[in-house]
Amino acid sequence: MTPADLLFVLLKILVVLLLIPVTVGFCTLAERKILGRIQLRFGPNRAGPFGLLQWMADAVKLITKEYLIPGEADKALFVIAPLLTMVPAVTVFALIPFGKGMEITDVNVGILMLVAISSLGTYGIIFGGWASNSKYSLLGGLRSAAQMISYELSMGLALVGVVMMAGTMSLVEIVESQKGLWFIVAQPLGFIVFFISGVAETNRLPFDMPEAEGDLGAGYHTEYSAMGFGLFQLGEYSAILTMAALMTTLFCGGWGGPAAAALGGAVSLGYFVLKTSFFVFVFIWMRGTLPRVRYDQLMALGWKVLLPLSLLNILWVAGYVALRG
Amino acid sequence: MGATEQRTMTLNMGPQHPSTHGVLRLILELDGEIVVKVTPELGYLHRAIGKIAEGLRYEQFVPYTDRLDYLAASINNLGYVQGVEKLMEIEAPARARYLRVLFCELSRIESHLIWLGTHILDLGATTPLFYCFRERETIRDLFEEVCGARMTHAYFRIGGVRQDIPTGFLQKVREFYRTFPSRLAQYETLITNNPIFLRRARGVGAISAEKAVAYGLSGPSLRGSGVEWDLRKAEPYAAYGDLDFEVPTGANGDVYDRYLVRIEEMKQSLRLVEQAAENLPEGAVKADAPQFIRPPREEVHRNMQAMIRYFYITMHGGSPPPGEVYSAVEGSKGEVAFYLVSDGTPKPARVDIRGPSFVNLSALNEMSKGQYVADLVAIMGSIDIVLGEVDR
Repeated sequence: MTPADLLFVLLKILVVLLLIPVTVGFCTLAERKILGRIQLRFGPNRAGPFGLLQWMADAVKLITKEYLIPGEADKALFVIAPLLTMVPAVTVFALIPFGKGMEITDVNVGILMLVAISSLGTYGIIFGGWASNSKYSLLGGLRSAAQMISYELSMGLALVGVVMMAGTMSLVEIVESQKGLWFIVAQPLGFIVFFISGVAETNRLPFDMPEAEGDLGAGYHTEYSAMGFGLFQLGEYSAILTMAALMTTLFCGGWGGPAAAALGGAVSLGYFVLKTSFFVFVFIWMRGTLPRVRYDQLMALGWKVLLPLSLLNILWVAGYVALRG
Repeated sequence: MGATEQRTMTLNMGPQHPSTHGVLRLILELDGEIVVKVTPELGYLHRAIGKIAEGLRYEQFVPYTDRLDYLAASINNLGYVQGVEKLMEIEAPARARYLRVLFCELSRIESHLIWLGTHILDLGATTPLFYCFRERETIRDLFEEVCGARMTHAYFRIGGVRQDIPTGFLQKVREFYRTFPSRLAQYETLITNNPIFLRRARGVGAISAEKAVAYGLSGPSLRGSGVEWDLRKAEPYAAYGDLDFEVPTGANGDVYDRYLVRIEEMKQSLRLVEQAAENLPEGAVKADAPQFIRPPREEVHRNMQAMIRYFYITMHGGSPPPGEVYSAVEGSKGEVAFYLVSDGTPKPARVDIRGPSFVNLSALNEMSKGQYVADLVAIMGSIDIVLGEVDR
């Protein structure tokens, strides 16, 4: 690798790293605006035109507020925990091809790395719940651990289907292999399992058990304030973006679309952004519509429904691949 | 490794907690996520309302009753003024009785709307709350038009209501009961058959009919268990005897049945509103009882006797004969009752209030034993307590 290449990679990393907080900011704004529409409200509309600067105001508020650490808390862990949720969620972006030739790195075991990194995020929640030394936080953390184990499995098995069909673990090549037929059409069951597990992974409604403000106050981040809370939020929304991007990449042809390969560049990026935004919208839409399932029902769904379904999907894909030859 | 010891965890829930609906404090004993025992801790909102009553003349206490179940203020007013009317042996004229029904049923719908919104909010769905508040706003506009107040009405007076309704009011009521059924249908599409809600509500927090009666439950919490007991039917008061409505009941006494009962009750209340508005009789809105009730203004300006009475009642108040009464009405949460003792002076000797939320809350432990923490929240929402009534 020449110094010029290295510089180019570093530049890409910098751009993505700078873009993520901004995107997350707009994501929170979009969520509040869309929820507002669903709920007969306006949503934020004071900061900037149409409230477009609201996310900046929020960020400034979170940064300038006092960072309170409870006296009984495990201080080191308490500070590290939010970082542990945010860093993995952001790191995953390194693997995702945003457009034709627009990825930071193309790892040949991309999917494995992805599963490995994104599972780390849960540690932040568990540690946060534990370090706060509050019973509500602890319960939130425990739920998160259980939820994680139940869903990581079916999610991984759903990914097996993708790998089998694409014949590769590299995300870039997976996108390439969907040129003819998107995997969402070829293996709808796999997508459904991946989608549900993905929502559970990001702790979003209807699976937001770890926070569940109805019964746990705010769950694992009850005791967090200022930027600690901010980092958890940043992590959560980065995770939503990641999930939406993965759904796009793995099942909906990634940056592919009419004329995307030929025109490349901005057009392919446009397709990617469009598809990802759609899935982000679905995440928000669900939050505005559904109540929360109960912790044990979530477990039951994971083990008794999704796991068999994902196995069935593998069987289906195996047959499909065998017949296709 | 020594022998492991199994212990339960004690969790303090409230008085500041989003799901305790006010300043209720619950001390939970948890085995993991399973509730072993719930002990409600009360008194954070205690105002000694019964004692305050002893220092006030009968009519002065009416606004205080608003502050019991502040989500359905008129129903409390009714329970109290009917009790005083019994003591004074007077009866409100027909028009006033119909207006009382109109107000009480609108209040009941309003209260059930708040219940629906917050109950579903506790289960994680935020949106229905905003829809419920939209309808609640319409109802409160109606209240405001008649009595100026939106929440604490104090519209009912001993012997009738404060004043007649303004012109055009009934037209607005009509508009409301024409639009409301479609709105209610919206909530039902969002909730009633939602598989997540069904899983959260069916078989959760069940209480048998016998136990419900033994705990003294009343209102929808009792009817959800299949006991058909509604004071509006059992001991008709105001104009309920003349009006046609049904008393919905459940079968299993779980969260879902209590939900269905309240939804159906809203529909029945709407029928009552419609009937009361359509059949509203003409006439006076206050009883003609010069020893207790002020004469109308016009008469005060023309008639010396009336003026004297007016001053006498304003300065001294009417004194009912010695005696005691128990006056109960069907509130939105259950049986709202006032026990009044008169010693023949213008002030009550004793006022004791039965708050249905308080009694219903006593069954919380029975309902939530062995359930999940998340269920506890659902159960608490389904018995629909309001803390202004639990702590009096």
